[in-house]
Amino acid sequence: MASHTNRGGLERRILLAATSASAASSVLPRDSAAQPSTVPAADMPVRLRINGREHRLALDPRVTLLDALRERLDLTGTKKGCDQGQCGACTVLLDGRRVLSCLTLALSAEGQDVTTIEGLAGPDGALHPMQQAFIDHDAFQCGYCTPGQIMSAVGCVAEGHAGSEDEIREYMSGNLCRCAAYPNIVAAILQAKAGMERA
Amino acid sequence: MRPFAYERASDPAAAVHVATSIAAEAHVRAPVQYLAGGTTLLDLMKIDVMQPERVVDIRTLAARLGAIEADASGLRLGALASMAETAAHPAVRQDYPVIAQSLAQAASAQLRNMASLGGNVLQRTRCHYFRDVSNHACNKRLPGSGCAAISGVNRLLAVLGTSEHCIASYPGDLAQALIALDASVETLGPSGPRTLRFAELHRAPDDTPHIETNLAPGELITGFRVSSGPWTRRSLYVKVRDRESYAFALASAAVALDLQEGVVREVRIGLGGLATRPWRAEAAEAVLRGQRLDETSAQKAAEAAFADAIIHGDNAFKPELGRRTLVRALLQAAALEV
Repeated sequence: MASHTNRGGLERRILLAATSASAASSVLPRDSAAQPSTVPAADMPVRLRINGREHRLALDPRVTLLDALRERLDLTGTKKGCDQGQCGACTVLLDGRRVLSCLTLALSAEGQDVTTIEGLAGPDGALHPMQQAFIDHDAFQCGYCTPGQIMSAVGCVAEGHAGSEDEIREYMSGNLCRCAAYPNIVAAILQAKAGMERA
Repeated sequence: MRPFAYERASDPAAAVHVATSIAAEAHVRAPVQYLAGGTTLLDLMKIDVMQPERVVDIRTLAARLGAIEADASGLRLGALASMAETAAHPAVRQDYPVIAQSLAQAASAQLRNMASLGGNVLQRTRCHYFRDVSNHACNKRLPGSGCAAISGVNRLLAVLGTSEHCIASYPGDLAQALIALDASVETLGPSGPRTLRFAELHRAPDDTPHIETNLAPGELITGFRVSSGPWTRRSLYVKVRDRESYAFALASAAVALDLQEGVVREVRIGLGGLATRPWRAEAAEAVLRGQRLDETSAQKAAEAAFADAIIHGDNAFKPELGRRTLVRALLQAAALEV
């Protein structure tokens, strides 16, 4: 019985090691390597301007902006939730407008300014009013959706859609919070709106 | 996601040349697909429902194909205008509120920033059996394979315009406003530009649900034109959903009304969430023309709109929800101060 357990444990460790090695060699979603290839996808050069810095990369056309940020540039503040455009965790700003980085190809973001959660704070490290407001109002529990919430909230205020609690709820509906911190998120956005308008 | 070759379009004609270079059975099945906002295409590529070999990025054409122009004769919407900017455009909001409202009530703020109008009207059904490639009975995805939805989980699916081969509902909102206003679609194809009525853009499923539109493979939508009329200002969009925001319509109604002293001179009705394609309720319009608009006549029109409805189990609630949605939209439109 004991030896059976040991043998099973060993096999599992080998399997895990093999899985993580293949995952590390690619920025593609895990399932993509298993699918038959019809056209070889050569890496293509791309210049991405992220938080004011230019990055030169060579990417498979399938790589989303989300995966490029997280897996190639170590900008892991942007989160992968559903990876299907439904949860908002991957929200970033593209030329100042909030978009879903999981449904944006990295190649098609060339020539646009990408702002991620890492680019919000000032050069001296001072938090953006929206970041400070989320702390002040305890606007998160587990925190996983928070970078997307904050980026979306910055866009919401910039678009002029943070005029009332109802309007904030409507225009933030693309950001899901499974902890349901919604009331505190709405309060944080109202506070930050005042701060952003003063700035 | 399957590998694909990526290229950026340098101008519309060059994009069309590339996209029409490989023969295909239908626009949505062509091996070359245009990428604009990506909110439908990349989603469907990730779940392996769409498998293009080449993707032509037309975001590079936004400056040429993204303009919104309005004058006394009407409105022209560039195909690459975003949903968000169109919904916020002052002329659209003031003179064509049904268009602005249909856009503002669709998707989420992020998706509206990304998605183009041309791509939006071509968005594909949310039928679970279409989106799940482990299901092997979907005539829309695998022609001739059957339809798992007809006897399956079909609460969200269509009651109008169905066939024995497909009951997948068309999910969009903007299209209901455009069909109600009898918009036209401007395209660029291999033999040059052409214009077709919006009502002729989408096809009924019949026995070929995999051929969703009357566009030729590779034909590019370049814009939409809406003529102004006495009914365009008195127009609105009522959308009923499972939750208050960020959901597809269970039932929706796009209504445009020309009233004179309470009597209907002209009325245009589009219905969403209920049909297999963008749906103009012409029978309901005919009931109302020349009649005083009140709850009784609105109810009669709603009865006419769903006279041919066919239900399939879970979606049996839809005709009644659709009727009530239409009655509410008609009465609200009549009450507008314009």
